[in-house]
This record gives sequence, structure tokens and C-alpha cells, in this order.
Amino acid sequence: MVKVENISKAFKKMQALNDVSFHAEKGELFGIIGPDGAGKTTLFRIMTTLTIPDNGTVLINNRSIFTDYMEIRKNIGYMPGRFALYQDLTVEENLNFFASVFNTTIEENYHLVKGIYSHIAPFKNRKAGKLSGGMKQKLALSCALIHKPEVLFLDEPTTGVDPVSRKEFWDMLYDLKNIGITIIVSTPYMDEASRCDRIALIKNGVFIDVDTPENIINNFNQTLIALKADNMRQLLKDVRKCSQIKSAFAFGAEIHAVIDSDDYINDINNQLKSLNHKNIEIYRISPAIEDCYIWSR
Amino acid sequence: MEQVIVTNNLTKKFGSFTAVDNISFYVEKGEIFGFLGANGAGKTTAMRMLCGLSKPTSGSGSVAGYDISKEYEKIKKNIGYMSQKFSLYEDLTVAENIKLFAGIYGMPLKKIKEKSAHILERLALTDRKDTLVKYIPTGWKQKLAFSVAVFHEPKIVFLDEPTGGVDPEARRQFWEMIYEAADNGITIFVTTHYMDEAEYCDRISIMVQGKIAALAAPKDMKKEYNAATMDEVFRKLVAGTFNQE
Repeated sequence: MVKVENISKAFKKMQALNDVSFHAEKGELFGIIGPDGAGKTTLFRIMTTLTIPDNGTVLINNRSIFTDYMEIRKNIGYMPGRFALYQDLTVEENLNFFASVFNTTIEENYHLVKGIYSHIAPFKNRKAGKLSGGMKQKLALSCALIHKPEVLFLDEPTTGVDPVSRKEFWDMLYDLKNIGITIIVSTPYMDEASRCDRIALIKNGVFIDVDTPENIINNFNQTLIALKADNMRQLLKDVRKCSQIKSAFAFGAEIHAVIDSDDYINDINNQLKSLNHKNIEIYRISPAIEDCYIWSR
Repeated sequence: MEQVIVTNNLTKKFGSFTAVDNISFYVEKGEIFGFLGANGAGKTTAMRMLCGLSKPTSGSGSVAGYDISKEYEKIKKNIGYMSQKFSLYEDLTVAENIKLFAGIYGMPLKKIKEKSAHILERLALTDRKDTLVKYIPTGWKQKLAFSVAVFHEPKIVFLDEPTGGVDPEARRQFWEMIYEAADNGITIFVTTHYMDEAEYCDRISIMVQGKIAALAAPKDMKKEYNAATMDEVFRKLVAGTFNQE
């Protein structure tokens, strides 16, 4: 459904994207995961025919972004990172407007947006600018869906959204995936990777990996340990001084560190003991996607 | 221990809507205090009152020893502030940003010069001091923004989602800067949507619909709610309330 082949794009001296490729099948939920400035938005603008790449090509359902962009635009939904609805129109007026631009009506495709729109329907006469963050997000998603697109492009739909609302947003995406809509979604939250069928990890304009989240985790080929003790701040400083530790970072209530071999765990434990750390725990762990991102080579 | 932020039944109403509902808490000097809550729970409104930008409807509070209802101008001089949305001027250089913010806080030029050199060196930005901020990578920008926010040596620094969208490695380096500032006695008041970062705070509060629903050290809060992670605690406290207006 979406074929991105060898896309590169530079803005003056800044290489925003460097030889990026991936395919997404019909009905697939594909995540593009990386921090601000990695090139996610540039890639979305190229896929949605708003920016022309320097190199490479994109096909959306076999239509080329160079020659068939008008057809592509009719058949995709795009939710940009910045809230792009009309703030001075009401909820219902916004939805009506987007339906009419695509020559359809709310009634014709209401079944598509029902699950999402029903949450905001009680506020349909409220101006879009007066909605709370989570509600704006739901309205934007409804507007991107109302013309029954083949592919939905969602650029950072959950940025700045609290963990509970984020989870709910992903549940809505599952419902859309289940009715066959292909979804390309970007996020800076690494913990959302597991909600995707497949993901691309993007770092400085390069895809460092494209695979299922499970495979990316299984292919992590370094020895990762977690460390805990009573004084976590001091522990991080001391762990970094251990010669057996290649690198270490705080990870919530633990410190995660890469070492060359399991055999060093005892040594490290003894060193930390001699530095008066109390209640030391050290154990092997399998990585999360965020570990894979940090320690990718 | 000295309490640098204290509130007593602090309340803010907008018409019939109570955004902040009788919150009472304190923050100690040098503490890293995490201020969590769902979108729309009242965090920003509470923070604006603490920064002297909005007057409470009722209740009272003091920040850095000054009354938030009366001495807000003094509060502004004694705090630092940074957010993800606004921190530095993109079309000024690194050096110009430092000079501008330090100047606004009334620091003498000579001191600004000395301290700038020191900070640029520590951030490894000396070579790029004449680069426009918009050309500096996001992670670096956030670290610079933090350095600028504490440049005038405030007693307290307010950080509003300082790490949103920041690279995982840079996000962690940013927290190490927070630790260092706290070790130097600066009090940190921080909001975040990353629940792993909640674990890095000495104590956290979780706001639900204008009220503080829980306040404790992360360890104790996990015990109380019988949860393995802060993410789980958050879900237990906030679930079921976020969909209402």
C-alpha cells in the first residue's frame, strides 16, 4: 500500500533524510519512531505529496507522488503534528467542512468515525479552539477519516498527551486497523513501539532498523544488565567508573548498562559494595525498544 | 529543612470551573519535585500561580519566601523557568540568548561574560556560540535552555515538560544536569509525561481534576498502590476521569 524507496532530502547543508526505505501492507499499523529533529515530519510531508524529495520515490497504492499527487491527495488522510483544524468553527462545522472538501457527507461515512466522534459529539457546538487537548486530537482524527482514506498518516498524534489518553488513542487506531485502514504513525515515545505491527527506528535522518518490535528486541546482540541500590544518583556515577561497564543510563527505577559478558556481574557487585552501596541488585534483562535505540550501532 | 514552596488550600476558579481545587503541599530546598497529572488536570494553572503569573482565587502560598498573591514581582526575580514549547529565541545565537536572559534578570555584563564562557565550555558549545539556536540539535538546545534558566542562580527552577520529544540519550543527560543543579541546592519543580522520569524525582504529586490525588516518594507511592512502575500508579489514579470535561 505504501512503498517508500531510497528517499533523501536535504535543506541547505542539513541532510534531513538519508536513503530511507520501507513498505507497509494494506491494513498494517506502521510506526516511525524517533525524537524531534530525526526527520519524521519531513518524511510525512514527502509521503503526503507536500514536499518533493531530492532522491528516491514513494508509491501510495501504486500511485506516484511525482505524477499522481492529485489522486493521492483524494485518497489519504493526514493529521499533521500541529493542530490544523479551524479553531473558530465548531466541532461539527469542522467535520462537515472536511467532508464537503472531499465531496462526501458526514452521514455517508459516519460508521468510520462513530467510535471516535461519539466521545466529542456532546460538544459538537463548541468551537474547536475551546476543546481540551485530548478532544482536539479526537476531532482531528475524525476529520482525517471522514472521506474514507486508504491510508492514514498521523504525525506525532500523541505528543504532549498524558499516558492514559495516549493509551486510549492507540486503542482507537486498533479499531481503524481492524477495518482495513493502513496507518503510518510517528511518535517520539519509545514505549508506543509495541503497539505497532512493524516499526522503523529513525535517528538523524537514517533508519537504523525496520522490523517488528519483537524482532528488533530479539536481535539486540549486547549484554544488558539492570542495577539498583538505595542511592540511585550516586550509583549511576559509580557504575560509570566501573571498567567493565561500557555505558550506562538511568532507566526509571533502574540503571541499564551494557557489559561484555555476564561473568563481570560479580566483579561489578563487589566494586559497588566496596563503595558502600546498600541493597545492590544486578540482573540480566532483555531490552526495551528504547534500549535498542540508545545502544544501536 | 527549609521549605521553598508552600501552598495552603490554593484555589483558582475560572467562572464556575474550578481549575485548581484547594491544593496544599510543600517543596523543600534542593528537592526534585515531580508535578504530574493528566492533560487538563490543572497543572499549568497551578504552576502559573506559583510563578507569580496568575492570582489565586482563594488560599495562599509562598515561593522562595515571597507571598504569591502580593509579592509576585519578587518571585519572578528568584525563579527560573523553561518549557519545551518556549525556551530560547531560535533566531538569536547561543551567546545572544544567554546574554539576553541574563540581562533581563539584571546580571552585570562582566559577570555574564565570565559565566557564559564557563557554561559554553561545559556544554561543549564554545565553537558554536555564534550559531543561531535553530541550527543546534534539539537535545543540545534543551541542555542550553536549562543552563540559561538557572544562569541567574535562582532558588527554584520550574521546568514544564522540558524533555518532550527529546532523544532518549539526551533526555537522560538532561536529567543528570537536573541532579547536579539539585546537588547545588537549586530546587527543581518539574512536569513530565514520561513516567520513567517520575522515578528520578525525590517526591511526586499526581493531580486529578484540580486536586492532588497522591503525593509521596515514587517508591512509597508504588507500594501504596501496589504497582510495579509509576506508569501503573498513574493509570490507576487517572483512569476513568480523563474523558470528562
